[in-house]
Amino acid sequence: MKIIIAGYGKVGAALTRQLLDEGYDITIIDSNKKNLESGQELYDVMAVCGNCATMDVLKEAGVMNADLLIAATSADEINLLCCLTAYKLNKNIHTIARIRNPEYSEQIVLMRDFLGLSLLVNPEKQAAQEIERLIRYPGFRKREKFAHGRVEIAELLVSADSPLNNIKLMEMSSVTKCRALVCTVLRNGEAFAPNGSFVLKEGDRLFVTAATSELALLLKNLGIVKHKVKRVIICGGGRIAVYLAQMFEKGSISVQIIERDPAKCLRLAELLPNASITNGDASDLSLWESERLSVEDAIVAMTGLDELNMIISLYVKSFGVSQVITKLSRTESAAILDNLSLDSVIVPKELCSNNIVGYVRGMKNHSGASIAVHRIADGKSEATEFHVTKDTLNIGVPLKKINLKKNVLIASILHLSQCIIPNGDSTFEPGDTIIVVSDSDKAISRLNDIFE
Amino acid sequence: MNFRMIWRILSFILLVEAVFMLPAMLLCAFQKETVSAVSFLITIGIVLAAASVLWLLSRKAKKGFYSRDGLICVGLSWIVMSLFGALPFRISGVIPNYIDALFEIASGFSTTGASIINNVEALPKGMLLWRSMSHWLGGMGVLVFLLALVPISGRNDGYTMHLLRAESPGPDVGKLVPRMKQTATILYALYIGLTVLDFIFLVIGKMPVFDAVCIAVGTAGTGGFAVTNDSIASYSPYIQGVCTVFMFLFGVNFTCYYLLICGKIKNVLKDEELHWYLGIALVAIIAVTLNVRSIYDSWGETIRYSAFQVGTFMSSTGFATTDFDQWPTLSKAIIFSLMFIGASAGSTGGGFKVGRGLLVIKMIRRNVRQVLYPQKIQVVRLNGRVVDEGVLRNTNAYLCTYVIIILASFILISFDNFSTMTNLTAVVSCFNNMGPGLEGIGPTLNYSGYSLLSKLVLIFDMLAGRLEIFPILVLFSRSAWRRR
Repeated sequence: MKIIIAGYGKVGAALTRQLLDEGYDITIIDSNKKNLESGQELYDVMAVCGNCATMDVLKEAGVMNADLLIAATSADEINLLCCLTAYKLNKNIHTIARIRNPEYSEQIVLMRDFLGLSLLVNPEKQAAQEIERLIRYPGFRKREKFAHGRVEIAELLVSADSPLNNIKLMEMSSVTKCRALVCTVLRNGEAFAPNGSFVLKEGDRLFVTAATSELALLLKNLGIVKHKVKRVIICGGGRIAVYLAQMFEKGSISVQIIERDPAKCLRLAELLPNASITNGDASDLSLWESERLSVEDAIVAMTGLDELNMIISLYVKSFGVSQVITKLSRTESAAILDNLSLDSVIVPKELCSNNIVGYVRGMKNHSGASIAVHRIADGKSEATEFHVTKDTLNIGVPLKKINLKKNVLIASILHLSQCIIPNGDSTFEPGDTIIVVSDSDKAISRLNDIFE
Repeated sequence: MNFRMIWRILSFILLVEAVFMLPAMLLCAFQKETVSAVSFLITIGIVLAAASVLWLLSRKAKKGFYSRDGLICVGLSWIVMSLFGALPFRISGVIPNYIDALFEIASGFSTTGASIINNVEALPKGMLLWRSMSHWLGGMGVLVFLLALVPISGRNDGYTMHLLRAESPGPDVGKLVPRMKQTATILYALYIGLTVLDFIFLVIGKMPVFDAVCIAVGTAGTGGFAVTNDSIASYSPYIQGVCTVFMFLFGVNFTCYYLLICGKIKNVLKDEELHWYLGIALVAIIAVTLNVRSIYDSWGETIRYSAFQVGTFMSSTGFATTDFDQWPTLSKAIIFSLMFIGASAGSTGGGFKVGRGLLVIKMIRRNVRQVLYPQKIQVVRLNGRVVDEGVLRNTNAYLCTYVIIILASFILISFDNFSTMTNLTAVVSCFNNMGPGLEGIGPTLNYSGYSLLSKLVLIFDMLAGRLEIFPILVLFSRSAWRRR
């Protein structure tokens, strides 16, 4: 399948890498020659320099034979124009546009329908939704939703005083007293698909699947007590901050935004009547002392600078706030992050590319193509959602009798909208939804690929 | 420098070389040329041993391969390939001196076609085949061949771009399709297709199959090694015509053929470089025809000879059908100039390349205008597109280096006391991968008279000319050999 990616920025680069791993032919378009050069150096792609909304450039990039166009330039309007032009040139092309401006967010579905786009993605809004979930249901470092939110994969850290420390996995259910399954363990930057005799150690990051309703029980039994958040302090008044503040507009949680630029503060104040806007520098540590932070606060560090975000997070943690969320734009240094003990990390470009990769896989239109894809464990593992159909192999066979490929795990089965955490006797039937966890470098795009 | 990765690529290249020696060895064995067959066998053994040593050295090679590694890798590959490729000649005693053998094979790989062998017909057929095969492998480039065959490492790395850039001629090399492997495959498919077509046309003209193979691969790589002492002259006019057409065809940018196959004929017809390439050829043929009319019997014959000679010089092939050294001065001046211009970028031919020349002319025009209207902002366009200033800078740098190397080599080989014209054409001919020159190295003579030093200089010129200077030049820089 031939894919054109217009705009080679952070999202463009993340998509390029992920889609190349899946074996597609990629052409990248950017108006910045330097950017393109580095892209061509890193990845086996073709590069076309120019404005991606012009017919000439699109034609040169091979839009006539392409199957998919992803427009991810920095300008929403260019993205839309690019998709429209491509669609006029080639009626069979699928188009995905990135739309980030909050002013368009209400008309997004409308735009998609009458402009003939296949998908509109908004990484900032996705990030805001992700942060909102973390704040409303505290306790986990990260949560990924599946099957319309009925199943989740949540990330847990095994701390020194955790009841899970030095426990074998098969004894875990006696501690947690609820149905949960550990699908991946990240230790020293390496991902393990654990078996029953795997012993958990301090510093391990666990990725646990469970029904959404069971997760609260899991937290309680593990002794992870989190206070209900009453105030959210957002550092940096970017687009995500606006979305996030709008989500907390109703309800008991108050929002405070700290922004350095007075003009931006004014605009935020106009846009967000219920939030309190502070003009100040989040990197000024004395500001935090004057804020009187408490356990009822959640801090979201999302200024434009990754380094600053990390420092803010590390600093405010010392005040004992209940939740610290750090936004990062780059993930190249993921190994260093492990040593920093940041709580939750949000990477908008990853959320966005997960979404698009899921769409691309669905596009292949095989029976049993995946519905959603999430990269977990710093991108080392992949959780994929599939529908079981009549054509699926091994229907009705107990799992213990099925030979799955190495490092592949069936994390949960949704039978009649009820979540089953599988054991050896579980089976799946047509109509079920199942979630499969696998190594991310051996991507699984069809359900039948998981069987040996 | 990522030397381990370079060793790994080198070991692959030696493997390819060994495979390409096989047909020559089998032919020797088939013709009961025991000495030659054994010498090929020994060489293949040595090559395979060297390849496995390099493979062992390259274990645990790290990824991360940058443009400097690409340049060094290409330069080294071609030198190593030539060093090993010369062995069969030396071991079998066909060419007693190793430097002479090296000259012959470097001339082969660089598609020059300059020879030091006096009596070609006395050579075993297997040796002739190996000589000609080296043209074919060198024409499109051995690394491009490798890219088409094996994923050298990581599936999705883009670094292989540096290898293509360093090996393919032209000011601005790009991919045809997103995947490098497919790009290389398409290039080689076109190359093989055209070669087979040439072969078929030659066989239709009743050329012996062995000759047809050698001439077809020699034309394809725009090399110039023939299998008879008088090159192509003794073959029928039809065969000479086929050779003329195919020499021109192999001097065209292969991207044009790809576009043609894709049905984008308009883009091909609009290609400025192609216009100039064909235009220059046409003007040269007409001028030479008028100039040499008195030498030959009929107009038809005159056109045939002039078109062949113009074709061979422009595409830098090096076949000959007549002793052009006997031509009037004007015609000699024209064919001498054609050596400089050379073929199109992205073809298998040598020379400065029409496309690059076009850029230089356009830059000169821009500079003249700049003097007249200093405030005017101007860009250089090719095919209606703005050419990147970086490409223009590189073209200028290339032109300067090109002239300096020709001058330096000219002085170095002048110790041998041949005539000025002989020395000048020798350097220009080798550097532009042409083959024969004028006077002392005319189409009836060869390079055997030169001293060893001169031959080494010319070997350098041939390889540097084929790889467009920098991949070879960079090997002389000390910083290229630093580990970090």
